Amino acid sequence: MTAAGEPLLRVQGLQVHFPIKRGVFVDRTVGHVRAVDGVDLAVDRGTTYGLVGESGCGKSTLGRAVLRLVEPTAGQVLFDGTDVASLRGEALRSMRRRMQMVFQDPLGSLDPRQDVESLLSEPLRAHGLGGGKAGIAARIRELLDAVGLPSAALRRYPHEFSGGQRQRIGIARAVALEPDLLIADEPVSALDVSVQAQVVNLLEELQQRLGLTYLVIAHDLAVVRHISDVVGVMYLGSLVEQAPADDLYDAPLHPYTRALMSAVPVPDPVVEERRERILLAGDLPSPANPPSGCRFHTRCPWRQETRCDDEVPVLRELAGGSSRPPHLVSCHWAEQIRDGLLTPRSAEEVAATQGVSVRPRGADDAGGDSLVQGLDEPTEVF
Amino acid sequence: MSIEALPPAAPDRSAVPVLEVEELTVTFTRRGERPTRAVDGVSFSVAAGETIGLVGESGCGKSVTSLAVMGLLPRRGVQVGGSVRFNGAELIGAPDRTLRELRGADMAMVFQDPLSSLNPTVPIGTQVTEVLVEHRDMSGKRAVAEAADLLDRVGIPDPTRRLKEYPHQLSGGMRQRALIAMALACSPRLLIADEPTTALDVTIQAQILELLRELVVDTGTALVMITHDLGVVAGLCDRVHVMYAGKVIETADRHELFARPRQPYTGGLLASVPRLDAGRGTPLTPIRGSARDAIPWAEGCAFAPRCDNAQDDCLTEVAGSTVPLEYDGPGRELRCRHPLTYPRQTPAGAPSSGSTDSGSTSSGSTASGAGR
Repeated sequence: MTAAGEPLLRVQGLQVHFPIKRGVFVDRTVGHVRAVDGVDLAVDRGTTYGLVGESGCGKSTLGRAVLRLVEPTAGQVLFDGTDVASLRGEALRSMRRRMQMVFQDPLGSLDPRQDVESLLSEPLRAHGLGGGKAGIAARIRELLDAVGLPSAALRRYPHEFSGGQRQRIGIARAVALEPDLLIADEPVSALDVSVQAQVVNLLEELQQRLGLTYLVIAHDLAVVRHISDVVGVMYLGSLVEQAPADDLYDAPLHPYTRALMSAVPVPDPVVEERRERILLAGDLPSPANPPSGCRFHTRCPWRQETRCDDEVPVLRELAGGSSRPPHLVSCHWAEQIRDGLLTPRSAEEVAATQGVSVRPRGADDAGGDSLVQGLDEPTEVF
Repeated sequence: MSIEALPPAAPDRSAVPVLEVEELTVTFTRRGERPTRAVDGVSFSVAAGETIGLVGESGCGKSVTSLAVMGLLPRRGVQVGGSVRFNGAELIGAPDRTLRELRGADMAMVFQDPLSSLNPTVPIGTQVTEVLVEHRDMSGKRAVAEAADLLDRVGIPDPTRRLKEYPHQLSGGMRQRALIAMALACSPRLLIADEPTTALDVTIQAQILELLRELVVDTGTALVMITHDLGVVAGLCDRVHVMYAGKVIETADRHELFARPRQPYTGGLLASVPRLDAGRGTPLTPIRGSARDAIPWAEGCAFAPRCDNAQDDCLTEVAGSTVPLEYDGPGRELRCRHPLTYPRQTPAGAPSSGSTDSGSTSSGSTASGAGR
């Protein structure tokens, strides 16, 4: 589905740093949280870009920075060729009509005092669209129909709906202005499993019908794989890997991606029993004081002395890569890891060198290790 | 009791179950409102070293079941009926004193949200040693040493320093570990984990699940895992009870359940979850409506309004009785009049993951996806 020409959204070197303030009388800035630290990505028209990562990796901040809901510290956001950061006032407002957002918590993002009719007509009125009262009423009915809600919903308030229906209202509001780009921040994570699929299907259906471009931000790798054409994996504010969805899941190259995917349980006991698990040591380091060199080196089972600690890896395409869009990875040793030339260390060894821990130790240490599947054997090579 | 004194790995499953729950009902009453029956005749049992899963969507009564078992529901406005036997002793109606002696010592619970289950104004150390002083009659000094050892066992680095810290100074994964350490302090025979990993990231979830798995193997603790995540169930539980609107609607061994779900609800859940090892664009088949559409069990099958297999006799009016939970092959129970059927019966225990007729749960070549 790669449309010819310029991508709809291009993000270049985007940085968002939040100052950390201290002091009672004087606001001293004592440091910065580097929430987003140099991200480049491009989203083609009519496609879905999925952004995954753990909480605190900066994926939501990135989504907000694209819409300028938070001001970027540096870098460019080019939407349809225009730099969003250069826009002011009216120009920015009309640009926002073309980029809309669906939020994670549908109850928190809908005004509890507005009924559905007023919720949906507000964006139309604000942008002077819809053509008068009758036009707006007709448009709202059309929208409700598109997201699968009955027209009886018009007079009701958000609290009267179930979570899935609320998210449908949120989506209807976002598509009311016929945007080109829809940024969905965790659109299904607050919903029950049986309802998640309804909303995922709705998003896909709307994309086909309206030709929307999506930037989907989620922590659920299975959902992202399901709806994305291209997937980017974020760790501590930067992209560590980016590839077409199936490529990424079939052959993840970055150690973090591999660990992340091996950690996702699959609802099938047969797969579960055979699944190779890569346990990571410790927690996400603080984005206020990120590790030197490769940011993943403190938890990486494949870390090699000094180079990983000192040299920041760049996002690059491996030699021989042929996919379009290219499979990019930021790891010094991606080729060696792919070809199985390097063996990973267990989480304990990583923990020992970095002073963090991952699993129980102590009384049962002697016999317990062999019980942990795949922990002590070097992980399989392809 | 120390860990060594407990039975080693591979315990005898046929022994007397640690926990037996029979026909448990929980009714919430409020003046001026009709009583709500949150749990409606739930029965299950757990043996030492066994892990069972209670699965369902929010509002299906799984958490209330666990609170009722632990005796943690408020007295006022709640009626608990049925029977809960722990090691053969009845807990429903037992005096507070007995329950207090059991809780924390022989039965323990891990809650979903570690930040709100830890006291924010008290250091971690005090919260862990409290259990030890209370139930194991330890002196303060010995309790601190033991607490440090516990934190070390659950994988918290630098435990002596952590003991002096407050909950907000710990990361989410570490808080959950601290909570598990508290639950393990007296080597309980029963551990109830209520969505222990829902608030955590996947890599941390993997660490915590590994910890629980080891715990069951090493100490023979009976584990009741309450979750909505079918993936977690598939990897951890021996037996699975699927709940809907306060009742168990299907019970089976996990291999059986995932290979051949019989209740249309279970089948629907499996078909609506996107799988990491399924390719882009594999269609999802959602269940119609939401859990709010359930009808009261007295009127018929609560799932009938959302069910594709539903027929007239799913309603009490037509069939003359409510849908019973019935024997459905070895080790299986089912509450459904029109279950999903499978044309070729592969022998039980020979798992074939690609045979559901409700589609999409897998497609033969799937196993390669994860982890590669």
